[in-house]
Amino acid sequence: MPYIPLKENLPGITGLLDYRLDTALPIRQLTHTLLRGKSTLSEGERELIATVVSYGNECRFCTAAHTAAANAWLPDPSIAEQVKTDIATAPVSEKLKTLLFIAKAVGKSGRLVSPEMVAAARKAGATDLEIHDTVLIAALFSLYNRYVDGLASVTPMEPAFYDRLGHILREKGYLPSEDRYAGLAP
Amino acid sequence: MPHIALPAGFPGVRSLFMYSPVTAKPLNDLVQTLLHDPNTSTLTPGERELIATYTSSLNECKYCANTHGAIAKYQLGGDADVVKAVMVDPAAAEITPKLKALMNIAAKVQQSGRNVNSRDIAAAREEGATDNEIHDAVLIAATFCMFNRYVDGLATWAPDDPAVYDAIGKQRASEGYLTQPFKVAQTQQ
Repeated sequence: MPYIPLKENLPGITGLLDYRLDTALPIRQLTHTLLRGKSTLSEGERELIATVVSYGNECRFCTAAHTAAANAWLPDPSIAEQVKTDIATAPVSEKLKTLLFIAKAVGKSGRLVSPEMVAAARKAGATDLEIHDTVLIAALFSLYNRYVDGLASVTPMEPAFYDRLGHILREKGYLPSEDRYAGLAP
Repeated sequence: MPHIALPAGFPGVRSLFMYSPVTAKPLNDLVQTLLHDPNTSTLTPGERELIATYTSSLNECKYCANTHGAIAKYQLGGDADVVKAVMVDPAAAEITPKLKALMNIAAKVQQSGRNVNSRDIAAAREEGATDNEIHDAVLIAATFCMFNRYVDGLATWAPDDPAVYDAIGKQRASEGYLTQPFKVAQTQQ
C-alpha cells in the first residue's frame, strides 16, 4: 500500500509522476534528454546504466522497468541479466564496463568515484561527455529509486507488466503524452 | 581536480550547469518549483531548504550542504543557528515537531527508500503532516541524493571560504534558481 493516495492503475513511478505534475515535468524532461537525447552512447547502453544503478539500490520496480526498456533496444535479453550479475564478464564493450562501474559507485555515493575509475574509462575510449552523462544518469536513478520505494508505490509482480511498460518507454520515451499509459493494462 | 574538464570560475553544480546546459534547464526548473516557489508547497521555502541541507549533509556533500545551508539561512530570516543545529541533529533543533518528523523520513530516504516504514509516516501524520508534505519531503531528499551524487561523482570544486556560500545563499534565496550565477575567483586551488 502506498503511503500517499496514488492511482491504482498507475503503479511504481507512473503514479508518483501523476501525483505532482509540476515536479514530474522537469524530471521527465531530464530523463528523456539523458536516455533518449543525442548521445554517443546508444539507448540500450544508457538503459543498462539505469538498470545497474536501480539493481544496486535494490529498487525492484525500477530494475524490472529498465531491464525491460534495455531489452526493447538490445538484441539479446541475457545482456541486461549478465550486466546486473557481473559487469566484468557481461557481453558489453570495455568502455561500457568502465562506465557501468562508475555508475554503480555513484549509486552508492558520488564520493566513491575514484580518479582511477575515470582513468580506466578514458583509456577504454570514454569521452568527458560520456562520463558526465553516466554520472548524471546514475544520480538521477538514485533519485527515482528513493522516490519509488520511499513512498511505497506498488511493484507489480507479473513480468508481462514490465514488457508492456518497456514497450511504452521504447515507443514514447519519457516526455508526457496523451494516453501515455493506455497500453499498461493487460 | 574535477574528473572532467569544467569551466573555471564556477563551483559545484554551477560548473556542471555551465558544462551541460541541456540538462541544467530541467534540473533548475525542478529545484525552482520544489524548493523556491512559495505557492507550490505548504512547507515554507525555508523548511524545504532545511530538508535539502540535511540530506546533503548526510551525504557529506560539502558544496550542496554549505550552499543550501546558506540559502536556508536567508529563507529563515538570517537564522544561522537553526541551520547548524539541523545539520547536527534535527530532533534537537528548534524546528516544529512536524518538520522533525519529515526530517526523520528524509534521513531514511537518504539511506534507501526501502528504509521508510509505516511508523515513520504515521509519526509525521500525527504531527500534522499532509500527504503532499510527506510526498515533498521524500522527493526533496531523493532529489538531493541525485544532486549530491552529480556534484561529488564528478569531483567538482567546493570552495573553502564560507563567504562564497553566504553570497550564493543570499542570491538564490532572493532570486531563485533560474538566474545566472556570479563568478568565483578560484585562487584557493
